Amino acid sequence: MSKLQEVFKNKSGNVLNVYCTAGYPHLESTLQIIDTLQKNGADIIELGMPYSDPLADGPVIQQSSLVALENGMTIATLFSQLKNLPSSTGDKEAAIILMGYMNPVLQYGFEKFCKDAAEVGVSGLILPDLPEYEYETEYGAIIKKCGLDFIFLVTPETSEERVRRLDLLSSGFLYAVSSSSTTGNEKDFNAVEKYLERLKSLNLKNPILVGFGIKDKETFNTACKYANGAIIGTAYIKALEGAANVEQATKKFLAGILK
Amino acid sequence: MNRYMSELTEVEQVVGYQNPNEHGYYGSFGGAYIPEMLQRNVAELKESYLKIMEEESFQQEFQMLLKDYVGRPTPLFYAERLSEELGSNIYLKREDLCHTGAHKINNTIGQILLARRLGKTRIIAETGAGQHGVATATVCALKGMECIVYMGEKDIERQAPNVARMQLLGATVIPALSGSKTLKDATNEAIRDWINNPVDTHYIIGSVVGPHPYPDMVARFQSVISQEIRAQLLEKTGSELPTHVVACVGGGSNAAGAFYHYLNELSVQLVAVEAAGHGVNSGMSAATTQLGKSGVLHGSKSLVMQTEDGQVIEPHSISAGLDYPGIGPLHAHLFKSGRGLFLSATDDEALESVFHLSKIEGIIPALESAHAFAALKTLGLTKKDVVVVCLSGRGDKDLATYMKAMK
Repeated sequence: MSKLQEVFKNKSGNVLNVYCTAGYPHLESTLQIIDTLQKNGADIIELGMPYSDPLADGPVIQQSSLVALENGMTIATLFSQLKNLPSSTGDKEAAIILMGYMNPVLQYGFEKFCKDAAEVGVSGLILPDLPEYEYETEYGAIIKKCGLDFIFLVTPETSEERVRRLDLLSSGFLYAVSSSSTTGNEKDFNAVEKYLERLKSLNLKNPILVGFGIKDKETFNTACKYANGAIIGTAYIKALEGAANVEQATKKFLAGILK
Repeated sequence: MNRYMSELTEVEQVVGYQNPNEHGYYGSFGGAYIPEMLQRNVAELKESYLKIMEEESFQQEFQMLLKDYVGRPTPLFYAERLSEELGSNIYLKREDLCHTGAHKINNTIGQILLARRLGKTRIIAETGAGQHGVATATVCALKGMECIVYMGEKDIERQAPNVARMQLLGATVIPALSGSKTLKDATNEAIRDWINNPVDTHYIIGSVVGPHPYPDMVARFQSVISQEIRAQLLEKTGSELPTHVVACVGGGSNAAGAFYHYLNELSVQLVAVEAAGHGVNSGMSAATTQLGKSGVLHGSKSLVMQTEDGQVIEPHSISAGLDYPGIGPLHAHLFKSGRGLFLSATDDEALESVFHLSKIEGIIPALESAHAFAALKTLGLTKKDVVVVCLSGRGDKDLATYMKAMK
């Protein structure tokens, strides 16, 4: 069982997945952010691999990617940082997953990427522009061989038949985009509740985490009513923006969500 | 059944270079690398584009507009002085005479009719030099549809006349402020808009790029170029087949159109000319097949100019229409398979061709199209050759650049 799957074994509700772009705000922030997040209540840490053309992301995460790239972040650098992740600190350890786009991964070498990710303790992958057909015919087998979970996205526009198919292909969890939009876009959250209720009624194989539009205690709690937990990205990046002390900003942000 | 439709049916039966497979692959290039948020829109398009294009009412309206609004067929002109100078036979396919000044409108007419049949009410587009933006704004005005054009902030500054044209035509031009603020980023912004407006919006992509079915759909709408060339050449030379078809390539829409009905005629040499900028190895170039590696950009797998870490590189060309770090998957396949000959011309060579063609034939070409002419002298042409050059656009939009170069 992967560390990601263990998270859901130990906790069926209120699972908090926090996204942060690797190399943001500083090249060396990654380990400190992971440490602080996991000590202060994050169950899953989703590290974004910065890309020059992140077309599923809104302006805030785009900007953080740009900063991270300017800071010199690469996949190789991220892996060498994760190698130095202190093994078991005695505190609760979060599962680490990577989110990114196909092009940098293909250049790194897809198989090498999966192997190296698994080696440095990554549990799962989110690659929003890796489609189902290519996953099934080419990449899925490599991901599985390396023991990584792969998480597909579903949206309010995804048909029930397709949700079920993507659920079967996914492991770890299923990422429910709360509205068809790029990250960080605020839409009426109430309109989303019906969709989440529908998803819940499908009794899927995987736990469901809700992403996009989760920004505070209220939206987190609402998401948790219908799903196993939620993903926060844009709001956290905003909290880090210009923060003098990354650790304090992170603690303060998590306290606002969880307390 | 009109002629275009019988062509289409014939096209359906042809296997070879024309058609991607059902997943949108030309060889190892193509596909639909899109996030789930775009899945429904792209799937809808994929399921319906061929059906709609084959409908008789669609074909009637499309053909009528191509004839009466765009001004097709465009002439195939025997360039006598240029032929004499090169010791060969050079024909110019005059796409520069299309309404709005370039071939781009063949595709936007097709896509706006498609969008209406899909029940869409809002049109978005990306543009680099502004030619595709103008062609999109034009058809939106024609059909009374809302039009939003994304354009890199830098391109807005350097292509001011086309920005004014789009605005005059009623379009809203939104500056792309992300990344390098050029065509690549305008495309990202248009895709993001589509993600955020999944129900009422159709995205009119201007080139043979993007997720399947866009490369195939745009190639089909542009294929009218080579369909006409065949008939016109037959009339003029007694044969439908030239020895060479030459076109410039950025994303590759005019080349796809000019090559389309010759793709499986293996005796015809297909010549694609990319923009070398300051020189292929200068670090300031847009010659994607020479500099790119296999990768994923804007929803399809193709050749992409990128760093070792897979970050997309901002290309350079004097011509904004060729200033793109990717190339359509059809062209990537033509390159890899050897079916196409890929050459390049520098900024200076293109400018030289602009001045030369203007003086020798009385035609001022667009900077993009001038790249195709610049490559002619390297082909070793003889009296036996019959060469068709796609003159994809006129030079009016580039006058400021030409005036600067004249000094």
